[in-house]
Amino acid sequence: YKDKIMPLTICNLSSHNFMLISIFYIIFSQHSERSKVLLQHGVGLSKTLTHIPTKVLTMKLQLMRGDVLTVTSWLAPIVWEGTFDSAVIDGIYKPLNVTIATTVFAVGKYITYLKDFLESAEKHYMVGYNINYYIFTDQPENIPAVTLAAGRSLWSLRVPAFNRWQEISLQRMSFIRKAIEEQIRKEASFIFCLDVDMRFDNHWGAEALGNLVAVIHPWFYQASRDSFPYERRPESLAYVHADEGDFYYGGAVFGGLIDEVYKLTGTCEEHLVIDKGKDIEAVWQEESHLNWYFIYNKPTKLLSMEYLWSDEKVKITELKVVRLSTIKKNLAAVRPN
Amino acid sequence: MRFFSSLYPLAFIMVSGVIALFYVSHTTLTSWFRRDVCFSQPSITFVELPSEMHMSERVQYKQPSVLHGRSDVASVTPWLAPIVWKDTYDPVVFDHIYKNRNLTIATTVFAVGKYILFMHDFLETAEKYFMVGFNVHYYIFTDNPKAVPEVKFSPGRVKTIIEVPGSKRWQEISSRRMEMIQKTIEEHIKDEADYIFCLDVDTKFYDYWGPESLGTLVACLHPGYYEQQRESFPYERRSASTAYIPNNEGDYYYGGAVIGGLVGEVHKVAKTCRENLELDASKSIEAAWQEESHLNRYFLYNKPTKVLSPEYLWQDFKAKTKEIRTIRFSQVIKNYAEVRPNQ
Repeated sequence: YKDKIMPLTICNLSSHNFMLISIFYIIFSQHSERSKVLLQHGVGLSKTLTHIPTKVLTMKLQLMRGDVLTVTSWLAPIVWEGTFDSAVIDGIYKPLNVTIATTVFAVGKYITYLKDFLESAEKHYMVGYNINYYIFTDQPENIPAVTLAAGRSLWSLRVPAFNRWQEISLQRMSFIRKAIEEQIRKEASFIFCLDVDMRFDNHWGAEALGNLVAVIHPWFYQASRDSFPYERRPESLAYVHADEGDFYYGGAVFGGLIDEVYKLTGTCEEHLVIDKGKDIEAVWQEESHLNWYFIYNKPTKLLSMEYLWSDEKVKITELKVVRLSTIKKNLAAVRPN
Repeated sequence: MRFFSSLYPLAFIMVSGVIALFYVSHTTLTSWFRRDVCFSQPSITFVELPSEMHMSERVQYKQPSVLHGRSDVASVTPWLAPIVWKDTYDPVVFDHIYKNRNLTIATTVFAVGKYILFMHDFLETAEKYFMVGFNVHYYIFTDNPKAVPEVKFSPGRVKTIIEVPGSKRWQEISSRRMEMIQKTIEEHIKDEADYIFCLDVDTKFYDYWGPESLGTLVACLHPGYYEQQRESFPYERRSASTAYIPNNEGDYYYGGAVIGGLVGEVHKVAKTCRENLELDASKSIEAAWQEESHLNRYFLYNKPTKVLSPEYLWQDFKAKTKEIRTIRFSQVIKNYAEVRPNQ
């Protein structure tokens, strides 16, 4: 009789424990939900207890840039030369040892831009930080061999070659979203999604980091909102009314925290799919959807046109430095259609 | 056979328990995901607004310009935190972003000894101008709970009175604030509010103070020093103190009368300052401006993600300067001899 009772009690205890454990787990997780959410979005700057070396800056409230807008109407900073101190910024970010994912699409003939992109990035882009480049390409074997600095690595992700360049553009959101889900979220804290047909000419650094970062499009910074090239057909989910809009943002550069960009790419992908189902393609493909997204989910930091210029544009006086520029190219030669 | 047949129900319970555990953990995790909790690497340490600046509907407002802003003041710090001045932001945009989020703003205020006399004006003007339309929970720390005035509150606004001991020294009352704030956050505020502001009581509101002031960690420029160089800031200059800042360091001089941010962040401020105050006390050092000195030291190493201009902390006896386009919150003129327990 004893032999029967022993196994009975042990089995009972185990299942009882399972129940108890699961109950405690549920209660505990629900209770601390709020503080968890709050703390996860917290600053944590206090981890940087080492002294931040400050340059001798006059910290008087004098104007650093009086000729441009340095904060948006929703109090997001706009990054221009002279508005930030690299020593302070690096003093904040470098000790955190973050990894910044950097996606770039090099499909078809666009792979020829990759070498200059990577070489100039190694010289100017987030120097001193851990970077994971994610190259989306249909020809991984043609990725050029570029020496990467310490802490920087390169991954290739195969994508199909489309016979319409618009299709490649449209699918980017989907590929980025998937890659974040499957790989990038485990490997990086921040992500920037860049166009490949570009070249870094000057420092493009950690001052660009933020929760959700957009760049002002170099061709439209002076236009009034009713002439921004938003999608204007109400049938599209990227539709923006003539009296809406803050800035026209460039699709060639966007970034932020992994989960923020995940939300962005997920939403844009959904909208792109729905539009496609209605046989409608937004006027500037995913850039149109991006711009819609940024009206309703305002970026927490804007990069000035220094961070996305164009070789075809004449420099303006407000632009003290050009950091990244799209390369002048013969579109017929590089696009499949 | 009887042995094994009695095991079947137990095996069934165990297996169901395991399945239930997996199911529960799966749904809990996916519901976290749907609530968009950050699932990437923990400790994203970051200098910015914590939550999306999300608008749920179309809103009409003026188009911002890329090339024109306020050209008389700096609107961003060297670490790219915004400095909030009138006409640098659009209240319409902010109201829409924050309107439907049902946030609660905790507001601590200390009214010990004769300082209870300032309570009425503080509360009355706060009801008119401070975070209008939001849920506000005032936490009033006083040694004289019966003397807390009855002020009519708008809906969504409540007060909690917390009794604290008085003191013969005003400096001690000032220093003990950090400890009280830390404890109250731990015991109440962390479950009751999203953001917190710690304000001085001998002050009144004169103009709107709204959600443009919300941020992860918010400090305010002291009205007496925003035009001066760092060498003349009244930082603690003795290296023996934990609040020490040498002459060639410092960003701004922040006022101790206004501290704000996410509850979790302000908790860290209060805890660190309290610990440093205690360390100093054990060495018989009292910093030049008590907890304001410690606060300034904290903000040097833990940069605020948003800085409020002196519009948010003025002094009634100061004449308005041309950069100050409005005064929102200002310390009243008072006879120190009358209100302080000591000199």
